[in-house]
Amino acid sequence: MHLKYESTLREPLVDGVKDYHQVTEDIISPIEAKPGKLWYAGFFLSLVLLAFGAFSVTWEVYYGTGVWNLNKTIGWGYDITNFVWWVGIGHAGTLISAILLLFRQGWRTGVNRAAEAMTIFAVMCAGQFPIFHMGRVWMGFFILPYPNTRGPVWVNFNSPLLWDVFAISTYFTVSLLFWYSGLIPDFATVRDRAKTKLRKLLYGVASFGWTGSTKHWQRHESLSLVLAGLSTPLVLSVHTIVSFDFATSVIPGWHTTIFPPYFVAGAIFSGFAMVNTLLIITRKILGLEDYITIGHIEAMNKVIVLTGSVVGVAYLTELFMAWYGAVPYEFDTFYKYRAAGPLGWSYWIMMSCNVISPQVFWFAKMRRNIMVTFIMSIIVNIGMWFERFVIICTSLYRDYLPSSWGYYRPSWPEVGFYVGTFGLFFTCFFLFAKYFPVIAVAEIKSVLKTTGKNYKDQMGKYEEQEVEAFAHDQAHH
Amino acid sequence: MAVKKFVVGSFDDEAVLFPAVKKVRAAGYKLHDVYTPFPVHGLDHAMGLRETSLHTAGFVYGLTGTTTALSVMGWVFTTDWPMNIGGKPHFPLPAFIPITFELTVLFAAVGMVLTFCYLCQLAPFVKKHIFHPRQTDDLFVMAIEVTGKNGEEEIKNFLASVGAQEINEQTAETGWWLGRYDQESRLYGAPATVNA
Repeated sequence: MHLKYESTLREPLVDGVKDYHQVTEDIISPIEAKPGKLWYAGFFLSLVLLAFGAFSVTWEVYYGTGVWNLNKTIGWGYDITNFVWWVGIGHAGTLISAILLLFRQGWRTGVNRAAEAMTIFAVMCAGQFPIFHMGRVWMGFFILPYPNTRGPVWVNFNSPLLWDVFAISTYFTVSLLFWYSGLIPDFATVRDRAKTKLRKLLYGVASFGWTGSTKHWQRHESLSLVLAGLSTPLVLSVHTIVSFDFATSVIPGWHTTIFPPYFVAGAIFSGFAMVNTLLIITRKILGLEDYITIGHIEAMNKVIVLTGSVVGVAYLTELFMAWYGAVPYEFDTFYKYRAAGPLGWSYWIMMSCNVISPQVFWFAKMRRNIMVTFIMSIIVNIGMWFERFVIICTSLYRDYLPSSWGYYRPSWPEVGFYVGTFGLFFTCFFLFAKYFPVIAVAEIKSVLKTTGKNYKDQMGKYEEQEVEAFAHDQAHH
Repeated sequence: MAVKKFVVGSFDDEAVLFPAVKKVRAAGYKLHDVYTPFPVHGLDHAMGLRETSLHTAGFVYGLTGTTTALSVMGWVFTTDWPMNIGGKPHFPLPAFIPITFELTVLFAAVGMVLTFCYLCQLAPFVKKHIFHPRQTDDLFVMAIEVTGKNGEEEIKNFLASVGAQEINEQTAETGWWLGRYDQESRLYGAPATVNA
């Protein structure tokens, strides 16, 4: 018989004594229970934020983008900052589910479902910003290339802004398909153990009639693998293309070839921070500490310290190039208006949150501390928001003509719009946490016997075996 | 499809399931399917299923995306409405790469998921016979079709000898139909006792 073996040196990915049924029970039973008071409180708070966002956006659509504090000098402000920030956050999910699948990182199974959900909701939030930045949103369909009666006037396929349309919509679609195809078997699990008629009906519809046939699983595995292979370059391409929005321009501070890798690293950085923020709360409330272990959190903190340092190197490279490149405008942007000047404070918030503070994660004790991780995850997201703000606003508020120089602060509809996307994000996430299997049940079951604690504990006898005897017993069968 | 008669047995351990599958095939019984709560690696080979060619379909869909993107953008900028954008060439291949890449991925992913759903007959409101409600929880459920050759009792005894539990007989529709999981469906032409 095939021996499911993994070295006992590796930390178990599923703690506690579990069998297959216990896994189902632990992950599915929160769906079947009534939500707690905390859930209702959080959900309604999110709805209030969403409503305020909807009001702010309605205001902006009714009166026009003039209600935002944008002008001819600072044409992009809060709106595009928030767009890039949310898209960045939306990178962790697909990274976890796709790249870590290809790299055979077992720990992804505990967190991939929630991270993918987070990705989808974050991209939904991100999409709102460029759409409403158009001003006349009812003309939004003009960005689609279709034969029309206006000439036909086509979109400009050379424009990074159009590449963005394709990149974001493809990313959203593929992430959604990847996520949902993984959910189908788990919905079937909920359906087959459902006691109420409504649950049988709804999860019956959502599970698409899944039975768990071996042939279907074989195709499902093939589908997951190819979707992971496709999503891997896709994740990298999306933030690359977002960075092209800036890098292909000739604005000092934007016109640089370092942007694609720098943006991708930043996206992964902020995405993992958001995953940590959400999962630390979710595992606590749903009692999933056995599945999202300290080991999982530590693994994500390692990614955070790596990508945070990559981002730090990018910041320093920018400073170096601004001096070494000998372009006076580039030099002034970085040394006079970014690291100093009226908006200089935002640069130092960015530096301390993104580069200095994550260095605590070099210490295992800090990486494995829930409270430190939670606080750091929020600091990182503040830092990453300021990174986008710094890139956008400090490059724009001091342009070539000193008479047009200005200062930027957002108006209330801009802030309201941003707050509203938090409402949208958390409304979706609360619904997800209540009605969806938060952890990929089938995937956990397929790694349970290799990485579950009670199974790993029985591995000692194999580790003590002589090589010859082990090979004799296990290798040939 | 058709309504057929099955002998169904369940296993609670892969270690028992694998030898059982081998023995069932060796004994010449008609193994209808094995339903598992998660993908059991190697089970498809043990059952003698061929490899899926879904990934080949994905490749073809991807190529379709590539050609669609390049030909549409090329046609628009060289034939339908040539524009002078800063004196750049009408067919600027490097500038077309991002959209070409995105459409390749999009076509491959959407095409593969639709093909997957078609092949596995998955869609909202599709209903299929579930042999055991715990086949999506913790049991590996094996269904053997009762043919004229082997009697039910013989198959039942055989399943018991290879380690199956909860062995029973079921008459079931093998295909799919439109239905709801909160309602019992009586299939057209089936006797009232069919537990669908």
